Amino acid sequence: MAMIDEPLYPIAVLIDELKNEDIQLRLNSIRKLSTIARALGEERTRKELIPFLSENNDDDDEVLLAMAEELGVFIPYVGGVEHANVLLPPLETLCIVEETCVRDKAVESLCRIGAQMREQDLVEFFIPLLKRLAAGEWFTARVSSCGLFHIAYPSAPEALKTELRTLYGQLCQDDMPMVRRSAATNLGKFAATVEAPHLKVDIMSMFDDLTQDDQDSVRLLAVEGCAALGKLLEPQDCVAHILPVIVNFSQDKSWRVRYMVANQLYELCEAVGPEPTRSDLVPAYVRLLRDNEAEVRIAAAGKVTKFCRILNSELAIQNILPCVKELSTDSSQHVRSALASVIMGMAPILGKDATIEQLLPIFLSLLKDEFPDVRLNIISKLDQVNQVIGIDLLSQSLLPAIVELAEDRHWRVRLAIIEYIPLLASQLGVGFFDDKLGALCMQWLKDKVYSIRDAAANNVKRLTEEFGPDWAMQHIVPQVLDMINNPHYLYRMTILHAVSLLAPVMGKDITCSKLLPVVINASKDSVPNIKFNVAKVLQSLIPIVDQSVVEKTIRPCLVELSEDPDVDVRYFATQALQSSDQQMMMSS
Amino acid sequence: MNGGDEVVTAPAGPPQPLDWKFSQVFGERTAGEEVQEVDIISAIEFDKTGDHLATGDRGGRVVLFERTDTKDHDALRRDLERTDHPINRHPEFRYKTEFQSHEPEFDYLKSLEIEEKINKIRWCQTANRALFLLSTNDKTIKFWKVQEKKVKKISEMNLDPPKAVGNGCVASSSNSNSPTLCLANGGSSGNDFSFPPGGLPSLRLPVVTSQETNLVARCRRVYAHAHDYHINSISNNSDGETFISADDLRINLWNLEISNQSFNIVDVKPANMEDLTEVITSAEFHPTHCNMLVYSSSKGSIRLIDLRQSALCDSHAKLFEEPEAPGSRSFFTEIIASISDIKFAKDGRYMLSRDYMTLKLWDINMDSGPVSTFQVHEYLRPKLCDLYENDSIFDKFECCLSGDGLRVATGSYSNLFRIFGCAPGSTEATTLEASKNPMRRQVQTPSRPSRSLSSITRVVRRGAETSGVDANGNSFDFTTKLLHLAWHPTENSIACAAANSLYMYYA
Repeated sequence: MAMIDEPLYPIAVLIDELKNEDIQLRLNSIRKLSTIARALGEERTRKELIPFLSENNDDDDEVLLAMAEELGVFIPYVGGVEHANVLLPPLETLCIVEETCVRDKAVESLCRIGAQMREQDLVEFFIPLLKRLAAGEWFTARVSSCGLFHIAYPSAPEALKTELRTLYGQLCQDDMPMVRRSAATNLGKFAATVEAPHLKVDIMSMFDDLTQDDQDSVRLLAVEGCAALGKLLEPQDCVAHILPVIVNFSQDKSWRVRYMVANQLYELCEAVGPEPTRSDLVPAYVRLLRDNEAEVRIAAAGKVTKFCRILNSELAIQNILPCVKELSTDSSQHVRSALASVIMGMAPILGKDATIEQLLPIFLSLLKDEFPDVRLNIISKLDQVNQVIGIDLLSQSLLPAIVELAEDRHWRVRLAIIEYIPLLASQLGVGFFDDKLGALCMQWLKDKVYSIRDAAANNVKRLTEEFGPDWAMQHIVPQVLDMINNPHYLYRMTILHAVSLLAPVMGKDITCSKLLPVVINASKDSVPNIKFNVAKVLQSLIPIVDQSVVEKTIRPCLVELSEDPDVDVRYFATQALQSSDQQMMMSS
Repeated sequence: MNGGDEVVTAPAGPPQPLDWKFSQVFGERTAGEEVQEVDIISAIEFDKTGDHLATGDRGGRVVLFERTDTKDHDALRRDLERTDHPINRHPEFRYKTEFQSHEPEFDYLKSLEIEEKINKIRWCQTANRALFLLSTNDKTIKFWKVQEKKVKKISEMNLDPPKAVGNGCVASSSNSNSPTLCLANGGSSGNDFSFPPGGLPSLRLPVVTSQETNLVARCRRVYAHAHDYHINSISNNSDGETFISADDLRINLWNLEISNQSFNIVDVKPANMEDLTEVITSAEFHPTHCNMLVYSSSKGSIRLIDLRQSALCDSHAKLFEEPEAPGSRSFFTEIIASISDIKFAKDGRYMLSRDYMTLKLWDINMDSGPVSTFQVHEYLRPKLCDLYENDSIFDKFECCLSGDGLRVATGSYSNLFRIFGCAPGSTEATTLEASKNPMRRQVQTPSRPSRSLSSITRVVRRGAETSGVDANGNSFDFTTKLLHLAWHPTENSIACAAANSLYMYYA
């Protein structure tokens, strides 16, 4: 056994642990691979460390994943770009392993290295590697190869380029659906590197194969390729080759394929230009909005605003709006919910008149939806409509909707609406708020569910931030402080919590004059839980108020609490006293 | 696509009946040996190539066997033999490895014990020499990887082994407590630990000496908490990335890579459980069409569903049912109609179903009734009352088809199993016993039943022994039932389970 000098000790441990029994230690060592490489020097890294890693590739997936990642940034440690090729063999074996995430990482690292390699090295080392993988015995190798073509292709000589294109074509027709899926996923990237003439012939024929695949999962991915390919092609080629495919896809037998089209369609509009959009894509989209399958309608409804943004408002009103009206009364609540989450965004696109005339009735009907998510989605996007038509037209319907949600029997619904109250307050203005919503905010402080009371306390703070301390002094603080006399200690605790949140926003004067006395009073409470919460709140008030107030009011109270019979009260009181000591030391 | 379909439609006569021979037995019981409950085999499955066989047992274990007669190392010998005489090789297997797949659990919320018994095993695509399979008990599906790993013997450490281990613990457990280590691990933070440009020659990498390998099974994913009722089937999709799991009332669709969510695709649970009349008993994906799957029910019907039609496939694309013969209804009609297993033939055109008394072969293009019906143990019909009394009537027998689609097989009582030819004109009906002498209880193939060959539907009822073996004085033993069996995907070889023993036969 070699003797190791003291300073080298940790690095020696690190190296030994590359082969430790404990996976955590191996992982730790692999994560420090660059340190090991620096300790060994560039030459021994190339000649010993990298071959060592190539041989020891039957480790657990977690270790292999880490190795694949580390190797991606290893060029500096093997002596720079001219030696980058030594990194390829270990990554090649990692490209074949069975775990998908390891392979993906290995491919990513290979791409990163390949992008830096010199052209002759790519031809000499990278392309042969790619060809080996593409002809690999296991489908895992072939799956990985698909993600490397776009790195290799630009540097390849003409003959090799032809070969690579042929190879990719074969992968698109592989027996294994996994390989075809990978080919479909990576087609867009590869196509971006292929010269225009070949793009139109070779790539498009591969694309055609994939779009007619028996496996739905392959066709799904081909749909995703449509937009990417569309952007590479000239508009007229796009219209000739991609448009018919997407129109076909929009009527595919499989609802999952149509679902993908519904999600992607708007991206294609720009690629094909306005006229084909009007003549082909709009009808296709309208079909999807009226699809038999609710999932497809959900996807289509969720994209309605994005799609309309691309069209002119006239086209949108003529073709899309009638569908939107139908969807607002769809039988599936999820469709209505998806629509409600985006429909407010249509107001700026359609303009004021059309919004009032066409959209407003839809908003109002969705606000009365029996499903709370639909109403919540509308309320959450109120600001978008407010900018176009102002809130007045909506406010009449808004209030009942809010009140109903505020009293919903599901606490999650109540929680959701509380989250939107500050937004509503800012949109509706102080006047509206005072009249209608103020009482609700107080009511939530007395909710049966803790999460609601907690959110309500936070809401009080956010409202104060929105409207300012003066307004809060008039409309919130007195009511909140009144509740400290509630007979139930849990509600008193909520108020203490609200006070601790309000204090920083209200400033030291109001804190001293209004909030602090309430807290000090509460220290005489009969319930220990209240008392130690008083201690906690007092601790949080120390930085806000003047030192004199701390000395005169807070500390005496804490001292008294620190002699309380209850152990928890004493503990938190002592903590607060200590923190106040520290505060004093720091300020003095 | 494969021989099966062609031969079925070919005008040439039916294939000759096969002569079955004993091949191997694993876990044979010696005379007088008690069978341990946990050792009873509860699932058998060949992989797609037929090079591997897996069994699961009631003790939650999965045992793997591998084929020995096709390995490369005896290729030479094989060639020699082949030149000598046309050899009649048959698949031979050897024990490969085993692992504990499921453990007994307790569901505290529902106060239910969850047995460890393996209900089903399905093989997944082999990748990079690693084998993958899914195994399930009543509630939880697990995805296993079985792989050869090098046994590491490390020499040439930088530090003495005991010392290294000691330091290793420090190195990993804390990065903040040891100042020297902070320095060394400074790869993240710093350049303050500088190495000479040529590296440090005294450091060396560990050397792995031993090249022995052993098999390691690792559970890669657990698909849990998706079934309220007992899982009866799992089945892989031809796309290689999804599978289904079926319980009494629901079928869920999973992605192999994602274990925390699944999609419910069939839900037959009525709003009011009192309205429940029918449960799902078995489900299987079509072997090539990724969008099609069938499930069978306790009422004897088979439903084909098309995943393309809609996200929730509560309405079927096709319903396969045999019209009830008028006047035949009895107390047992519905119980014995319940389908215990359903399998697709390799070509995907035919499917086989097993109910208590019969095997039925269906053509997916014909939903009016089965193409053929085979009586498995008709002599039990007068005894249905006894079978009901002792609950045997609820036994779930599996069924299987040969790779060429020409024959079907299923189990019965007294460790017997039956093989039927299903090619047109075939009268093959063999009874075998799961023992070293399978033909011991062989009964004569009954005379060909009269039927018109020109009939459009080849509905045949045959193999119906008149009074059965009972007349020979053998009393049937309802406790030795042969529930699980599997046909090799490419050869005429059957693996079947008799209690804790795995018997293999070839022809």
